[in-house]
Amino acid sequence: MIVSIFVIIAMSTLYFTFTEDISAQLEEIVFVTHTGGVIKTTGEVLDPLYTSATLEFDPMEYLREFNYGKVSQLSDGTTLREFTIIAEDDKIMEVSPGVFFNVWTFNGTVPGPTIRATEGDLVRINFMNNGSKSHTMHFHGIHPAEMDGVFEIVGPGGSFTYEFKAGPVGVHPYHCHVMPLEEHIVRGLYGVYIVDPKEGRPLADEMVMVLNGLDTDFDTENNFYAANTIPFYYQHHPIEINTNELIRIYVVNMVEFDPINNLHLHGNLYHYYPTGTDTVPSFYTDMITLSQTERGIMEFQYEYPGKYLFHAHKVEFSEKGWVGIFLVKDNQIQKSQTGVDYGN
Amino acid sequence: MEISNKSSKGKILASGIIPFVFLILLIAYIFGPGSDLLDLGVPLPEITIEKVDFVDSEIQATVRNTGPISVEVVMADINDRIQPAAVEPDRFLERFETALVRIPFEWNEAEPYIIGITIEDGTRFEKEIEAAAPALEPSFDLVIFFAVIGTYVGIIPVMIGLLWLPFIKRISKQKYHFFLALTAGLLFFLAIDSIEEAIDVSDESLAGSFNGTLLVATVTVLSFLGLYYAGNKLVKKADSSKISKPVAIALMISIGIGMHNFGEGLAIGAAVGLGSIAFSTFLIVGFALHNTTEGIAIAAPMSRGKLMIGKLAAMGLIAGSPAIFGAWVGGFVYSPFTSVIFLAIGAGAIFQVIVVIMKWIRDEGDKNFSSAAVVSGFAAGMLVMYLTSILV
Repeated sequence: MIVSIFVIIAMSTLYFTFTEDISAQLEEIVFVTHTGGVIKTTGEVLDPLYTSATLEFDPMEYLREFNYGKVSQLSDGTTLREFTIIAEDDKIMEVSPGVFFNVWTFNGTVPGPTIRATEGDLVRINFMNNGSKSHTMHFHGIHPAEMDGVFEIVGPGGSFTYEFKAGPVGVHPYHCHVMPLEEHIVRGLYGVYIVDPKEGRPLADEMVMVLNGLDTDFDTENNFYAANTIPFYYQHHPIEINTNELIRIYVVNMVEFDPINNLHLHGNLYHYYPTGTDTVPSFYTDMITLSQTERGIMEFQYEYPGKYLFHAHKVEFSEKGWVGIFLVKDNQIQKSQTGVDYGN
Repeated sequence: MEISNKSSKGKILASGIIPFVFLILLIAYIFGPGSDLLDLGVPLPEITIEKVDFVDSEIQATVRNTGPISVEVVMADINDRIQPAAVEPDRFLERFETALVRIPFEWNEAEPYIIGITIEDGTRFEKEIEAAAPALEPSFDLVIFFAVIGTYVGIIPVMIGLLWLPFIKRISKQKYHFFLALTAGLLFFLAIDSIEEAIDVSDESLAGSFNGTLLVATVTVLSFLGLYYAGNKLVKKADSSKISKPVAIALMISIGIGMHNFGEGLAIGAAVGLGSIAFSTFLIVGFALHNTTEGIAIAAPMSRGKLMIGKLAAMGLIAGSPAIFGAWVGGFVYSPFTSVIFLAIGAGAIFQVIVVIMKWIRDEGDKNFSSAAVVSGFAAGMLVMYLTSILV
């Protein structure tokens, strides 16, 4: 009996120890976590905050990237904006350090490209489906029924041309509208569509934030939340802005599963334009709650330089990645213009 | 003559080896040119969080790769909130390899926590801890503490039980059979109890890949067979030496009970280690009452020999003192795998003892198990154990 026990124990210990890397380095790393905790380890650090240096999708690039399309003039003087959007569903993307997830994409990214037009422009989307499943593009906004991207299912290898007059003014989402809809959305088939007023908006440092989540283990609960897909990205890479410069954020909530999401700004309040359809702000606040596909425009400027958090005040979301930092830099030019001097 | 003998031996050898050769070829084919055959289906990664320790400003999770493919540990969370962490020695886990995930966290005592670990494909595995309690640091005081508790639970009650010996000595054969059957009943209950406990532990903390229930069954049977073989040798030796048969049987009972008490010690040590002190007070009182009956089990066969106080005390120690070692192991180096193994060994040991006692009753008595004494004794044993077990 003792022999058999020994055999069992010996076999199991062999199994468990044999695979250990003998040459494993035993150097101690010390790191301070964002919560202030300090840890010394001879192993590896697991922290989306500290290790998210190299990712395929660059949220910083996406933040201020607006696509105005291939512009041409129609005979009646209308501006035509042509876009090519390709849907795919086989991409494995590193969504958080070490986590590889099959995302479904418009033009290879989640969110898809930000499509921007001026009210009254003719928007033409040459949509191609390079995926293995059916996909469409459904724009929020005003358009004819057959341009709604719901009943005209585009099969694998198929294509469709969406054409409509840009409107109304504001910020809108677009997304795939093939059933099962929840899956087609949470896998990443969505993006932002901005319609500018003809007279334009005041000059500002403009950015797009899609508040989204990722359910990487398919239990209909999000494992990650973020502004622009990558958890904790803007905390690790603060967004640089200037004091006394107007900041305009186009915010679209694309989180599924959870009924609400929100955006809280530190050290400041913002003017909020729901859906961006009005030119007069409805609220002056530091906290807006957004339901599914609810969106709007936030405008603010910082008086004081420094680091300011912005995050979901549904703190669960911020602790799972939906948190970022504005690094406000002292803007000398603006300061001299306003004649106000802060600090030294 | 010799040559033909050799060649026939060679034939036997060859006929024994040839199937092995084919088996090796079969396996080599599957791993080599035939590997395409196995490309069907998707192997799902799996990890098991086997152990969670709460230390100073840190939660430590021991993670084992219990799936069919290698995995990478990429993220840790507490109560479903992502936490920075470290993984030692590294985040790559081959099959059955373990890693320690260290999560800096200001935890609160006695509060529940769910520890989550995410692997590279985004799958999250979790383990729930009912109440956080600081991991026990092996200190001299604690070693003494466990030794005292082990003595209280193991040795003293067994010794008290042995005090029934003079009583059993004076009773009639019928009543004596009743007590032997009672012992068998007590032990049968303990064996089932050990198996249940082993299966519980394996269900809670061992991954499916260990085949918990079958592991328990296998170890129990191996333990039974091993002790059965060794026990028979001992009894045979007893016939030809100074050790009398009753002493040999009592010794086997002591060993079997000792293994069982080791399991009880584990349970107590683990309960203290997990911080459920109130729970373990009940556990200690319950086990103490419960274990008094184990003394009767040893006393029953011994009552037919000469009164040998020294031997009796030694057997009490053999049966009782493993509770101390169990408490040390359970409190300081608890691992679900070793617990399951020890509990199953204990169960096998007890089954062996039951067989020995039943044989003893048969040899001693009327060669039948259906006498009122035996039947009522066995039943009473089970009942007594059940009733005292409610106290635990």
